[in-house]
Amino acid sequence: MVQTSVGNEQHKRLHPHKFTLWVAMASMIMMFAGLTSAFIVKSSLTGWRTIELPRVFWVSTAFILVSSITIQMAVKAFKGREMQRYRTLMGVTFVLGVAFVVCQIMGFSELWNQNVRFKGSSGAGQFFYAIAGLHALHVIGGMVALLIMVVRSLAGKTKLYSAVPVEVMSIYWHFVDLLWLYLLIFFIIVG
Amino acid sequence: MSDILHTQHETASHSHTEGHHHVHVHHKETFITKYIFSQDHKMIAKQFLITGIIWAIIGGLFSVLFRLQLGFPDESFPILETFFGRWAEGGRIRPDFYYALTTMHGTVLVFFVLTAGLSGTFANLLIPLQIGARDMASPLMNMLSYWFFFGGSVVMLSSLFIQTGPASGGWTIYPPLSALGQASEGSKAGMDYWIIGMALFIISSLLGGLNYIATILNMRTKGMSMTRMPLTIWALLFTAILGVLSFPVLLSGVVLLMFDRHLGTSFYLSDIYVAGQALSNEGGNAILFQHLFWFLGHPEVYIIILPTMGIVSEVMSVNARKPIFGYMAMVFSLFAICILAFLVWAHHMFVTGMNPFLGSVFVLLTLLIAVPSAIKVFNWLTTLWRGNIRFTPAMMFAIGFVSLFISGGLTGIFLGNSTIDIHLHDTMFVIAHFHIVMGVSAFFGMFCGIYHWFPKMYGRYMNNTLGYIHFWVTLIGAYLIFWPMHYQGFAGMPRRYLDKSSWVSFNQFHSLDAMITVVTILVFAVQLMFVFNYIYSMYKGRRVRSLNPWGATTLEWTTPIKPGHGNWEGEIPEVHRWSYDYGKDGRDFIPQTEPIGEKESAH
Repeated sequence: MVQTSVGNEQHKRLHPHKFTLWVAMASMIMMFAGLTSAFIVKSSLTGWRTIELPRVFWVSTAFILVSSITIQMAVKAFKGREMQRYRTLMGVTFVLGVAFVVCQIMGFSELWNQNVRFKGSSGAGQFFYAIAGLHALHVIGGMVALLIMVVRSLAGKTKLYSAVPVEVMSIYWHFVDLLWLYLLIFFIIVG
Repeated sequence: MSDILHTQHETASHSHTEGHHHVHVHHKETFITKYIFSQDHKMIAKQFLITGIIWAIIGGLFSVLFRLQLGFPDESFPILETFFGRWAEGGRIRPDFYYALTTMHGTVLVFFVLTAGLSGTFANLLIPLQIGARDMASPLMNMLSYWFFFGGSVVMLSSLFIQTGPASGGWTIYPPLSALGQASEGSKAGMDYWIIGMALFIISSLLGGLNYIATILNMRTKGMSMTRMPLTIWALLFTAILGVLSFPVLLSGVVLLMFDRHLGTSFYLSDIYVAGQALSNEGGNAILFQHLFWFLGHPEVYIIILPTMGIVSEVMSVNARKPIFGYMAMVFSLFAICILAFLVWAHHMFVTGMNPFLGSVFVLLTLLIAVPSAIKVFNWLTTLWRGNIRFTPAMMFAIGFVSLFISGGLTGIFLGNSTIDIHLHDTMFVIAHFHIVMGVSAFFGMFCGIYHWFPKMYGRYMNNTLGYIHFWVTLIGAYLIFWPMHYQGFAGMPRRYLDKSSWVSFNQFHSLDAMITVVTILVFAVQLMFVFNYIYSMYKGRRVRSLNPWGATTLEWTTPIKPGHGNWEGEIPEVHRWSYDYGKDGRDFIPQTEPIGEKESAH
C-alpha cells in the first residue's frame, strides 16, 4: 500500500528537466512580454508608422502549425518504439522548421522592399524585425536540438529508452509555435 | 555526470525510493575535469567565488581611484600617470576616465560580484548540500552557467583595455548617451563590449537560476518538505525566481539598444542634434529604456540582498543557539519582497516627467516593502534576544548586516516618497542609501557566509583575529564613508560630478570628502587583508577535525569533512524535522536527521 502511494507520487512528479524547461519558458515569455509591451507604449507616440504583414507569413504559420503535429506524432512513435518512424517524423519537423525560417526571411525581405527599413523614424516595422527575428532565433535553436537528437538516434551506441528528452523537445517546439501565433495575432491586432 | 544523475532518476523511479541510492560516482578525474571544467557544484561554487573576489578587487580599486579625484580634486598623483598613461595625464584623472571608473565600478560590483559572485557561490554550494541532493538538476547547465559568466567577464575585462575606453554612461547605460558613439568616447566600442558582456552574463544567470529552482523544487531528500528547508534555501529560491523573470527583460532592452546603435533604428532616439548635426531618428522614447532597464534593475537589488538575508538568518540562528524567530514570517516576507520587487521599478523614475498620480501609486507600493523588511529586522533582533551568542567572525558580520540594513533601509523611506525625491534625486544621498542598504550590507552577508562555510569549502578555518580586524574596520569604515554622504545629499550635492570646486556652496565639504577618501583607502586595504586571509587559510588554515564544527542542525554538516562529488558516501540522509531545533528539550541542538522522539512534539 505504502509502496504504491510512493510510486504514484513518483509518477506525478515532474521530471527535473521538464520542470527546468517550464521555468525557462516563463523566462522567455518575460522577454517577449517586455518587447511587446514596449511596442504598445511606443505605438501611442507621434511619428509612429504601421505596417501591413506580407501574406507569406500565413504560409510560415501553416508550416509551424503542421510541424507541431509532426513532432507530437514523433513522440508517439518514440514511445511505441517505432524508431524508423520516429526518425522520419523528426526529420519532417526539421524540414518544416527550415521552411518556416525561410518564409520568415522572405517576409522580412518583402517588408524591406516595401521601404520598411531600420534607419530613420520609429514604427511597427522596426519592432517587427527585432521581435520576429528573435523568435526565429529561438526556432533555429530548436532546430539545432532536433538535428542533434536525430543524429544521436542514428549514431548512438547506447539505446535510449527514456522519453523525457523527446518530450522536452516537443514541449519546446510547441512553445515556439504558440509564441509565433501570439506574435502574429499581436501584430495583426495592435500593429 | 549528467548521464549518471540521469540513471539515478531512472533507477529511482523503478524502485520508488528516490534519493536513497548508494550511487558511487566513479569517473576518472583529471586536473581539467576536477578544477576547470568541473561539474561538481562545490567546485563551481568556488570558481564563482574566486572569480567574484578578483572582480571585487578590480571594482573596489576603481572606487579608490575616483575617490582620489573626489577627495583631492586639486592634487596630482604622478603614480596614476605611470599606471594609466594618457587616462591620467599629469597625475590627474581625466573626466572620461572618471566616468568610465564610476560606470565600471557599478557594473562590476552590482552584476559580477554581488549577483554572480554571491548567488553563484552560495546557491551552488548550499542548495544540494542543504536539501540533500548529490548535485544540481543539471550539472552540465551548471558548468555552462559558470563558463558563460567567465566569458562575459573576459569581454567586460577586455573593454577596459580598448583605445576609446570602457562604457562610461553610468551602470544604467541610459540612451541616448549610450546609443550614440558620437556622444562620448565610452559610447563607442566600449558600449558594445558592455552589452555583449552583459548578454553573456544574463545567459549565465538564467542557466544558473533555472537550475537552482529545478533543484530546490525537485531534488529534495526524503522528508525535506518545503517548510523544513533552511531559510538560506528559501532565499535562494526567491532570488532565482526574480532573476529568471527579470533578466530577460533587460536582455530585450539591450537588444533594442544594439539595434539603435548599429542599425539606425529609433527605439530610444528622437529629435537629436549632435555637434550641430541633426540625426534622422524620430519617434523614439528614451524613457522606454528606463522602464525596461528598471524592470530588471529593481528586482536586481533584491537579487543581491535576498541571498544575504537567508545566509544571515541561518548563521544568526546557529550562533545564537536559538531557533530563528518567526520562520514562517521570514518565508512570507521573502515572498512578499519577491512580489513587490516587480511592482516598484518606476520609483527610480519619479523625476522623468511621470504623471504624479502614477507616481503616487509607486510611492505606495514602494513604502509597502518596508513592511516585510521590518518583519525581517524584528525577527533577527528577537533571534538575538536572550540568545547564547557565540561571536564568531561570521556572527559579527551577521549582526553588522542587520545594523547596516536598518540604517540604509530607513533612508529608503525618504527616497521612496516622490516629493522628497525631487530634492534628493541624483544627489549623494542616493549614493549613501544604496551603498549602505545593498552594497555594504550585501558584502556583510557574503563575508558572513564565507567565514561560516569556509570550513565546508576547504576543510580548514579562516583566521579569526584577521576576521575580527576585518569586521571592525569594515563596519566603522563603511559608516564613516557613507554616513556623511547623507549630509552632502541634503545640501544638494549632485552625484556623478567629478569636481565641485566651482560651486561655493559645496566648499564646506572639502575636508569631509578628503576624510571619506582616506577611509576608503583604509577599508580597501583591509579587504585585501581578507583576501590574504582567504588564500592563506586555504592552504595553511587550522584544520577542521569534527564533522559539525558549529554544532548546526543542517544537512551539509553530515557530509564528510571534504565531501567528494556526490556529497554523501552512503545513502543521502533522511530528514525528520525542521532545521532550527536549537535549545530544544534541554539539548543544545538536534540535527535534522534525528527522528522525532516519542514524547517530543515537532516544532
